[in-house]
Amino acid sequence: MSQGAAIRRWKRPPFIKNPTLRWGLWVGAAIYLALAFGTMEIDWNRVAEGLTRGERFLMAFFPPDFSSRWDSIQDGILESLWMTITSTVIGIILSVPVGLGAARNLAYRPVYLFCRGILAVSRTFPEIILAIFFVKLFGFGPFAGFLALSVGTIGFYGKLLAEDIEDMDPVQAEAIKSVGAGWLQWLNYSVQPQVMPRMIGLGIYRLDINFRESAVVGIVGGGGIGATLLTSFDRYEFDSAAAILLVIISIVMVMEYSSGYIRRWVQ
Amino acid sequence: MPVREIADKKVWQRRTTRAQFGTWFGWLLGVAIFVYCWRLISDKTIWFFVADAPKQAADMAQRMVPPKWSYMEVLWAPVWDTVNIATLGTMIAIVIAVPVAFCAARNTTPSVHFVRPVALFIIVSSRSINSLIWALMLVTLIGPGVLAGVIAIGLRSIGFCAKLLYEAIEEIDQSQVEAVIATGAARSQQLSFGIVPQIMPAFAGISVFRWDINIRESTVLGLVGAGGIGLQLDASISTLAWTQVSLILLVILATVIVSEWVSAHIRHAII
Amino acid sequence: MLRIENLEKQYKTGDHALKNVNLVVPKGQVMALIGPSGAGKSTLIRCVNRLVEPTSGRIFLGDLELAHLGSTELRRARTRMGMIFQEYALVERLSVMENVLSGRLGYVGFWRSFFRKFPQSDIDEAFNLLERVGLEHMADKRADELSGGQRQRVGICRALIQNPDLLLVDEPTASLDPKTSRQIMRLICELCDERQLAAIINIHDVLLAQMFARRIVGLQLGSIVYDGPPENLNPEVLTQIYGEEDWEATIEKVKEEDEELDTAALLNIAKVSPPS
Repeated sequence: MSQGAAIRRWKRPPFIKNPTLRWGLWVGAAIYLALAFGTMEIDWNRVAEGLTRGERFLMAFFPPDFSSRWDSIQDGILESLWMTITSTVIGIILSVPVGLGAARNLAYRPVYLFCRGILAVSRTFPEIILAIFFVKLFGFGPFAGFLALSVGTIGFYGKLLAEDIEDMDPVQAEAIKSVGAGWLQWLNYSVQPQVMPRMIGLGIYRLDINFRESAVVGIVGGGGIGATLLTSFDRYEFDSAAAILLVIISIVMVMEYSSGYIRRWVQ
Repeated sequence: MPVREIADKKVWQRRTTRAQFGTWFGWLLGVAIFVYCWRLISDKTIWFFVADAPKQAADMAQRMVPPKWSYMEVLWAPVWDTVNIATLGTMIAIVIAVPVAFCAARNTTPSVHFVRPVALFIIVSSRSINSLIWALMLVTLIGPGVLAGVIAIGLRSIGFCAKLLYEAIEEIDQSQVEAVIATGAARSQQLSFGIVPQIMPAFAGISVFRWDINIRESTVLGLVGAGGIGLQLDASISTLAWTQVSLILLVILATVIVSEWVSAHIRHAII
Repeated sequence: MLRIENLEKQYKTGDHALKNVNLVVPKGQVMALIGPSGAGKSTLIRCVNRLVEPTSGRIFLGDLELAHLGSTELRRARTRMGMIFQEYALVERLSVMENVLSGRLGYVGFWRSFFRKFPQSDIDEAFNLLERVGLEHMADKRADELSGGQRQRVGICRALIQNPDLLLVDEPTASLDPKTSRQIMRLICELCDERQLAAIINIHDVLLAQMFARRIVGLQLGSIVYDGPPENLNPEVLTQIYGEEDWEATIEKVKEEDEELDTAALLNIAKVSPPS
């Protein structure tokens, strides 16, 4: 009996079993990183210069300057809030029929494909690109931003609504059908109670997202606080910019806390 | 209670009278707020332009076809940059987000009173600022280019990844960790044998998910000068080169669809 | 009351769920449908109210032919058939009262139902039914706060408030403990007696079926293989329906349990009250 053969080694098996594939992935990743860094043109002098500016920018937060541009800050923030509210409301109202049509268990096949198409297109392009086009079409101002955010809301909310309806308990729906309810009654009694709590939560979440987005559509002329922020950066007025950022952060935080609270209450 | 008795008959309503009034009042208030907001927006809108918009849109659409396919030669480099911004940005974000998440999770944080609030603050401030605003800041600070884009995406994604990750850490099955502790493992061993295996799928899923979102976001960073295909979009729109614009939009569409496909497959492979 | 002629159902997947089923259920008869899983019990009762579309064959409710009704007539016909489901199928986020009243949806218009303004007569009836099953104090609880047996009683109320001619009952006891199962079965049978309803009860528990139904139909691979009184269920028949197994014990037990049942009846919480 030879003892040598009895030594059994154990090594943790690798995540990817095929060694060629495993090493191939590592090498591929390395080549990709090398290429990516290689093609990135970085002007180190400019970066170094930026560091001193960065220091100034950080110092601008202590203390930020709320007073000198208060009027335009206030205007911008209020405009952002109006846009947020209207676009969320309109977007959700419009996304309900689209979402119903995009639920496989509710709609006929052509309707389903059509509604899914609408959702896919409105979800692909970021709100800011939509805003650029709406500004071209409708002129500068909050209306363009409102439309961009509404379209974004339709894509987001419609898709989640459709998925939620597809996930609902089919037996509860069947039960309401079996009593001879009409289509609208069926929606009201079996679909709505099942999807409502989550949809309210998502609506509030979307309100949150829309406010964040409304802060940037102004950069392309779509109204809201973004324009003010862009101006203050362009003029290197870091203390005003800091003030605007603080206002945005605090509103977002207030929204996030209250939305968490409301969501718990709805459940 | 919604059930009352009137003249020996039980009457049922969904809500009590008071709750009913409350509901109506809530709706009224909501509608009033909406109408008020709408009036303010409407005041700042030139309705003449709006009325004219369908014609404008048709006109614009007409000028967009056919897309100028030859422009594609110029676009390959920006597309490459866009993908790099998303990928490198996501990597930076993950590297920073992991320790932040462990500090923010109630069950792994070194100190609930000092470290956790700091970690939470990092998460909140990173999340509440849109990546375009981060880019705007960074372009002002370190100049236009891909680097600003990468850092902007990275900074924005830290909060997102860390938040989802620390929620995943807080939801782990504590009994598995206890079993590891019971063997007498040190803290770092508890981490690597008790916690990390449990959050690994969530971690991978979050990274891929964020990468997918970042591809979308990096397509627009160029609007403020932070590199990627947005630069070309901005330039083409301001020179009214509509056939180039339509090509760029198609390219963005294709990039987003491909990235969605890739991320769906990776997630499928991991989970 | 219900007459099924040459009913066939073939699913798109190719499963031949029902093969040439002929069945007549007269008024006031409670019929139990037994058979192994996949025999087509569920498909059969779903074909009757067309939650599943039959492939061919004819179904008569009274004189009305159901298999080819348009959607409006189908709705009207469905109001005449109450259905009770296996997993209760209550809409969990609605209150007990709303669930019961949802049985009236076929009778009231959309806006009335939307604002929950049901006619007072419906509400009186709902309270009567809830009292009958011993749940009147639960009217404003949300359905997901109830226990299994309570939920199934609400499901029974929802079916009965439709004022149906026929009850379709799909595995009413599958998710309930043995005692509650008997209470629910007894309740269903009593209510059918009181109101002279025809009923088809799908059930895979042979004992329960023998205890409560006066007629048993055995279904195997989509065909009827037994139709007769519970006393005639012998090991041969059960083997034919379910396959080879030692059936003696099952049949022996029925007689013992009948005695147990009488004591259980005394403890029954749902008190029998003669119909007024």
